[in-house]
Amino acid sequence: MTRIRWTAAAALLLSAILGGAGCATLEEAAKMGTSVAQSQGIVTGEQAKSITKVTKAVAKTFEDITPEQEHYIGRSVGAVLVNKYKPYPNGPGNDYLNLLGQTLAQASDRPETFGGYHFLILDSPEINAFAAPGGLIFVSRGMLRCCRSEDAVAAVLAHEIAHIQLRHGLQAIDKSRVTEAMTTLGAEGAKSYGGRKLADLTKVFEGSISDVTSTLVNNGYSRSFEREADAAAVTILTRVGYGPDGLVAMLTEMEKKLKPGGLDFAKTHPSPRSRIDDIERHRAGGKALAEVPARQARFRKGLGNI
Amino acid sequence: MRRSSVVLLACLALLGVSSTIEGAGKAMSVQVKQGQVRATPSFLGKVLVTLAYGDRVETLEEKDGWIRIVPPGNKAPGWMHSSALSQKRIVLKAGTKEADVAASTGELALAGKGFNADVEAAFKAGNRGIDFTWIDRMQNMNVPPGRILAFVQEGKLIPAEGGGR
Repeated sequence: MTRIRWTAAAALLLSAILGGAGCATLEEAAKMGTSVAQSQGIVTGEQAKSITKVTKAVAKTFEDITPEQEHYIGRSVGAVLVNKYKPYPNGPGNDYLNLLGQTLAQASDRPETFGGYHFLILDSPEINAFAAPGGLIFVSRGMLRCCRSEDAVAAVLAHEIAHIQLRHGLQAIDKSRVTEAMTTLGAEGAKSYGGRKLADLTKVFEGSISDVTSTLVNNGYSRSFEREADAAAVTILTRVGYGPDGLVAMLTEMEKKLKPGGLDFAKTHPSPRSRIDDIERHRAGGKALAEVPARQARFRKGLGNI
Repeated sequence: MRRSSVVLLACLALLGVSSTIEGAGKAMSVQVKQGQVRATPSFLGKVLVTLAYGDRVETLEEKDGWIRIVPPGNKAPGWMHSSALSQKRIVLKAGTKEADVAASTGELALAGKGFNADVEAAFKAGNRGIDFTWIDRMQNMNVPPGRILAFVQEGKLIPAEGGGR
């Protein structure tokens, strides 16, 4: 096999592995995939070793962030978001969102995070939703106004849960920062750090928070991350018993409301139309589900006046 | 032909990621703040005991993303979701012999290492305009399992029997 072909195979292998990066055993998966490739004669022993090595280097970055550290990153990212957009302290609305959200999170591939999943409405007319690493999820009033049913709200929350499950937020952190943090600490860590080390670490922490928030608020994730999150959301919704129609209905409503050039989802997400097309392409012709009166009643009670 | 091998390879790699099999009799660590051990492999299962971050458990079997474990102190076995467990040993105190071994092997994770409560405190001190009140409030917004079950039944949804995957 030529070098180019091998590179393509390695890239595919890596991207396939990274596509499922929510799992803990990135390295093992690479080893497994590589040994299969080797036995098929697709790569040689030397090349296989090299792929494993590259993957190991990748694993050394965001995979090295423990759930406990992810929790602290998420808390600060969340604090920055709440201060920018302001909370909407509506008891019944937030209670309903947490009930629905935690039901969905339990059906995800990552139901347990260090501090659990928690949901809060933001008092903003912009169409926005954010997932801070570790499980803190924020949805704007503007976004909730795009939802006409519980199924639609479920779709929004499932998409954000998927970003957490797939650890997309952590992957927004500049890789050199993670390496820097690891170097600052050395292998041995201390429960409490002395002045200089703490100051260095806090600088890296601040940088990481800024990487994640600017991705969430300004730049948005890559198209492929959004597509992955939509696909994982459909899986979660199906497991819980919501039809993927909710996601399509919400996107259709969003398409009507989004203003071109807006600073919200108009800026950070692929167009609703293209997301609908992607979802439709992957669904197996499921038929529209009948409206469940109890769902609609509690949706109106919780978010009717949003 | 070659192209299809590459696609096959990619698919196999993906399969490799999703089929992590935990062998029985292996020790694992609780990697969440509060690890609930349940009577059945489901979030509807009765909570037998709640374990702390870093607690070591012994694995017995795995089923659909759930792992049957023996809690520390040889208590009655129960089920934990695999996302609450890590293969790494989590050491709560630095400076111990165990922590020294952590250096070279990478098999250990030190609790509180890296971004921790101290770093958050330093971040807060440097960013006084950023208020954490609502983050703390959010983290106390918990929903009792009974309410989730009632919510699922009322909405004619599917109870998470297997949970997770």
